[in-house]
Formats: sequence, C-alpha cells, structure tokens
Amino acid sequence: MSKSKAKGKTKTKRKSRKKKFERVDGRKADELRPVKIETGVIPNADGSAYIEMGRNKIIAGVYGPREMHPKRLSKPHRGVLRVRYHMAPFSVDPRRSPAPSRRDTEIGMVMTDALEPALFLERYPRSVIDVYVEIIQADGGTRCASVNAAAVALVDAGIPMKDLVASCAAGKMEDHIVLDLGDYEDKKGQADVPVAYMPKLEEVTLLQMDGILTTDETVEAVELAIEGCKQVYEVQREALKKKYGMDEEDAAEDAEETEELGEEPAESEEEDK
Amino acid sequence: MSAKFETRDIVVPGDLLFEGRARAGDNTYRNEGNIYATRVGLANYNKDRVSVIALEAGFIPLVGDLVIGMVTDIELGQWKVDIGAENEAILTTNDAIGKPFRSYQDMTKILDVGDTIVAKIVDLDRRRTPILSIMGRDLGKARDGFLIDITPSKIPRLIGKKGSMINMILKETRCQVTIGQNGKILISGRNRENEELVVKVIKKIEAEAHTSGLTNRIQEYLKDIKEQRK
Amino acid sequence: MSNNIVSRLKRKKIEEVLEAGTRMDGRGLNDFREIEVRTNFLEKSEGSAEVRMGKTHVIVGVKAGLGTPFDDTPDEGVLMCNAEYTPVAHQTWEPGPPPHGAIELARVVDRGLRSAEILNMEDLGLVSGEKVYIVFVDLYVLNWDGNLIDACGLGALAALKGAEIPVFKVSKKNEVSETDKTQKLELRCEPIPITIYKIGKHFILDATADEEEVADGRLTVTLDENNNVTTLQKAGPVGFTVDEIKKCINIAEEKAAEIRSQSVASE
Repeated sequence: MSKSKAKGKTKTKRKSRKKKFERVDGRKADELRPVKIETGVIPNADGSAYIEMGRNKIIAGVYGPREMHPKRLSKPHRGVLRVRYHMAPFSVDPRRSPAPSRRDTEIGMVMTDALEPALFLERYPRSVIDVYVEIIQADGGTRCASVNAAAVALVDAGIPMKDLVASCAAGKMEDHIVLDLGDYEDKKGQADVPVAYMPKLEEVTLLQMDGILTTDETVEAVELAIEGCKQVYEVQREALKKKYGMDEEDAAEDAEETEELGEEPAESEEEDK
Repeated sequence: MSAKFETRDIVVPGDLLFEGRARAGDNTYRNEGNIYATRVGLANYNKDRVSVIALEAGFIPLVGDLVIGMVTDIELGQWKVDIGAENEAILTTNDAIGKPFRSYQDMTKILDVGDTIVAKIVDLDRRRTPILSIMGRDLGKARDGFLIDITPSKIPRLIGKKGSMINMILKETRCQVTIGQNGKILISGRNRENEELVVKVIKKIEAEAHTSGLTNRIQEYLKDIKEQRK
Repeated sequence: MSNNIVSRLKRKKIEEVLEAGTRMDGRGLNDFREIEVRTNFLEKSEGSAEVRMGKTHVIVGVKAGLGTPFDDTPDEGVLMCNAEYTPVAHQTWEPGPPPHGAIELARVVDRGLRSAEILNMEDLGLVSGEKVYIVFVDLYVLNWDGNLIDACGLGALAALKGAEIPVFKVSKKNEVSETDKTQKLELRCEPIPITIYKIGKHFILDATADEEEVADGRLTVTLDENNNVTTLQKAGPVGFTVDEIKKCINIAEEKAAEIRSQSVASE
C-alpha cells in the first residue's frame, strides 16, 4: 500500500527513525475487519439482518411498504424511505443517553440517501418503507455497517431493488491511507471517509469526509473504500443466498413446481411485480 | 445477446440476467438494454422471457385475489380493511350487501372494527388502493377459527398443482382452511388436535418449500401422525 | 393485525382454547416457552444478557460509571433502570420517547431489584455526598411476543450477576481515580418476576403478544430465592378477588423456583 505524506510533514518523518507502520489490531493497510451477516433475525419485522463488522454489532429491521402516518408526510406519487439510526445506551463506553442525538439524525439522513437510489419508490405512492437500525455495540464505522445491514434487510423484506448497497470507510492513520477504520483509528486518525456503493450500477451513494487530506489522498481514500465495499458485497450476497442453501437438484425441482403452480401474471415490460 | 446465469441459479437484486433483447418477466427490470434481477430468487430463462422466481416477496395485491383481513375503521359508506398490502383496502356497503350506505348504525351491525373478513379484490383504484367485495359464496365475516401467517410467496406451494396439496391436507385433517393470497390462512376444525396438525403441516411446508418431493413428504408426514394417534 | 385493534376472532379462539385447558401453541396454562439466556457477550458493557422466551427477544446491558448520589442517601450508590421499546420489535411500535408500557416495564423491573436490596448500595459509595457508583440497567426490547417483564427481569438478573465493574480508588484528598482492576458485583439475592395474565376467568403464564392483546389484566409477582415477595404490580382495567391474588402468588412461587433451578442447572 502506498504511503502518503501530508504536506509539510515530510521533514519530521525523516528525522525520526523509520518505524514500520502497524495498525493497532495488526491489520494491513487495505485489510477489512472480519464481517459476518445473518438474515431474518427479527421475527416480527418484514425483513431484517444482523451484522458484525469487527466489534460492531448492529441489527436492522424493515417494515413496509405500508401506509404512511401521518398522511401529511406521505408523497402522492412515490413512496417515502425512512431510516432511523439509534444507539443502545450500552453500545459505547461511557454509557450514552437513549435519547436521539443530532448525530443520529444526520446519519439517518445520509443512510436514507444511500439506500434510496437502489429502490423503486415510484411503485409505492403514499406508502412508507421504514428501516430501523439499532446499534448494540459500536466500534468505529457504524454508519457503514448499518448501511450494509439495512440493504440486506430490505432484500430480506422482499422489496424489489435495482442493486444492493455496500458500505465501507477508508481514512488516514499515521500518514497512511487505510481501509475500514476501527474505533481507535476513527478517534486518533487524521481523516475518515465513509462510502456507500452500488456494486453493479457502479455508483457511490454515500460520501462523507472528516479530517484533512490532500485532493489526491481524498481520491485514493474513496477508491480504497470502494474496494472495501466490493468485499463486503460478497458477504452480503452469501448471507442472502445462505437461507436457501440447496443443491442444484433441489433448486431445480422447487423451481419447476413453483413455476407451474404460480399463475404467471400478464407480462409487463419495464414494470415488474 | 446472452444469458449470464443458468436457470435455477440463485440471483440477488442487481445481478445482470440477460444482455440484449428479451422479454422482462417477474422480478426483473430493464436498464439500458439489459435485464437485471430485482429480488433474490431463482433465475428462469423460458423461451425469450427472463424472470426470477422470487424466494422472498411481500404481498402484491392483484385483482381476483382472495384475501383475509381485519376491519380497522368505519367511514361513511365504507370500511377500511388491513390486508397487509402497502395500502389499506376499502370495502363499500355496495360490495358488502349490495345496497348503498344508509346509516352508521347499520354499518356496525354488518361489520365492526375488529372483525375478520374473507374477501376478493375486485379492483385496484388509480391510487393502487385495493377495492374489496364480500358478495359471493364463501366470502364475508369469519365467525369461527383462527389465523396464521405464511410468506405470500409460498402460497402456490401450499395450494399445490391444481390444489393437490391443500386438498390432501383438508381430506386428512377434516378442517376448513381458507388461504388468502396475502399470506393469511383461516383455519377452523372440529377439534383442537386436527387444528394443531394443520398448523404444523403448513409451517412445515413453509420451511421446506425449497426441498424436492414435498408433496410426497407431506403425505408421509400426515400418515405418520395418524398412525401415532391410533 | 394492526394498530392495537384487537381481533374479535382472536379473542374468541383464545378463550375457546383456554376453556379446554390449553393454549394456541399447545402449552399448558402455566407453561413457559423455551427460555434461552446468554450472558457477557458485549465487550463495551460491564454486564450483558440476551434473553429469548419463544420469539420475545430482549438484550439487557449493565453499565457502571461515576455520578453524584441522591441528597437523602449521600453514601449510597445509585441504581437506574431504563427500558426502550425499539421500533424494530413490532409493526405498531414507533420511534419516540418510551411509551407508557416501557416506563412501567422499567419501573417494575427496577422495584424488583431495588426492594430486594440486590446490591449493597453502601458498598457502591465512594466520597460521601459527592461521588458514588451509578449502575445503569438498560432493557432493550428487540422483538415483542409478550411477557416482557419476566424476560427483562430475568435478563437484568443475569446481566448483573456476570457484571464486572471498574474499581475506583479514593485518595486521602477524596479524589476518585480509575484503576485498571475490575470487580464482580456482589448480588445479595436473586429476584425473578413472574407475571400472571387474566383472560376472562383463566390465568396463564408467559403470554404471547396475541394473548396479551386479549388479556383483561395481569399481576406481576417478583420473588427472591427465599420466597420473599419484593414487588407486586397489577395492571389492566379489571378486578382481582383476594382468592385470585392468593392463587397468583402461589403460581408465581412455584414458577420462580422452577426457573431458578433451570438456570442454575445450565450454569
């Protein structure tokens, strides 16, 4: 991984003995923390997912599409996506109040903008799709992990989507551009760049930055984060398919039976059901 | 022009199914001349039509669907009914008793908030609100029994080829089972034992819908239970 | 199905089935669903427990920090219970401040622990009138299928049992500093709440969400291992006769003992 030096720091670096760059948890600069995703974890929800990304433990639940109340918030020609990000008091040290903070609200907003491009909201006028994210344990990069869980939960709810949305952050730590900042790196690092990405449509849907980077470093960080997103995407795919872990033969028989039984409705070109 | 997967491959939303001209079937969408999956399911290439057999899908109301729902509100001349769709459904007095609205008291005598009804979707208005009717045989207020939920996409499996699966269940358990396309099932039997059996069987079908030879397995299962009882 | 309107059909069927001495899921009137408890699985929390009772799913987190004591108890630590009804838990639950149900839940669980004097609050004092330990017990509901008081009460007990709180040092000048040591919380007893639900003239335990919806009322009895009652809470717009109350207390005694021996067995 190429090292990047911030302007004006080169002299200082040469003076000190060249120490090998090590991340606190021993990861390489472009290495993700371990990711684990499970679907269908909340029986009452229409769709749900649980994610562990490093020590982050996050649950996402989806309800909808459903009637929107209050009606004045609904839109006549398209559905509304509402994402709520919330942290459990015991998710961080020291304990935080359960009341929503301004940070929670902002994260909810950027998450909504990250997920909406993947949905067909014009199919659900006057309705709402509610996504509720609960942070059970936080360890840096919770908004990225939340987007990952939320996207899987939406698919689990049977809501049609144009693509999945995968998310990962990159940043700068001790003058190195690194992938997937943990809590320590988040706090002590020089920059944090969370990114969400639709892997097949190849579009970035969430982009924020906090810290100081040169323009080159910024682009490097975004590109690295996208690589991270692609890796997370593979985990999302596996999680979605896992539920139907079946061998080829079973899948074929099931498909045949289901196809014969289900009344295939009249063909529709652009619009699918 | 090419298929990117094979029939029966599991695909997720966003997967490119077909490059080039083909008809876009269920659970797909067309973008820039290609066809992509919109739900997780099994890719299906049939003649010149590309579709996905969805493994996970919510209830999409269609005209003609039989549904089971609960009355949640009474308005002038109509009841609002929750059928688990993205919009609440509407049942007018005309579609309930064939007569126009007279008075509020009359309405609660016919159907009240909290009542469960078996209805047919006769229309979807221009705002995609399902319009119901309970005029017809086997439609109307449910007076006995209880409801269970299953994922709407598994309903065809529960019914079976020409009703083969559900008919077998009805015969073996002698319960009344009404299947709503919205994933709600109304069960009523003469004894609790049989009712519990129906619930077990339906839950088993829902859980094992992806295994092969399901119809036979369910038949065996029912036989075994009956043997155990003797 | 929607918005707290109770289905007539549901109520009718549940009562019918109760008349025959059983429940919709085949349980006996006094049977609990399968209970699963997992503890100490959150690294950032001093104590944690995850409880599943059937499909009801709650997480309890215990956090310990420094704070000021109450005026009337300058040498005692503080115990605070809070409950969150997260909107993922049920389709009718909305985001917002804790609704009445959540507040009652927190207060009933709190009383069960506090009245039982589960913690020696004086041990949790540090500098008289200035600095004490505050022990937070946060009840987090993730999926609602009834019987939250019992599930959260069990979770709170399990989380406190396994909690390791930081050791604070008090200097001669009454300055409080953190050491890198931890200590287990000493629990003086093990209170467990058992809630009895009344549907018509029937009494059941461990109600599901459906059963709770049609219940007329409930009585929670919290008991410690010596069969001392440390909390009572009656809820619902219905009356209980004295005989019924006695009956409930007896049922609760039996059940608390049963659950206690089960959890000891699984330790």
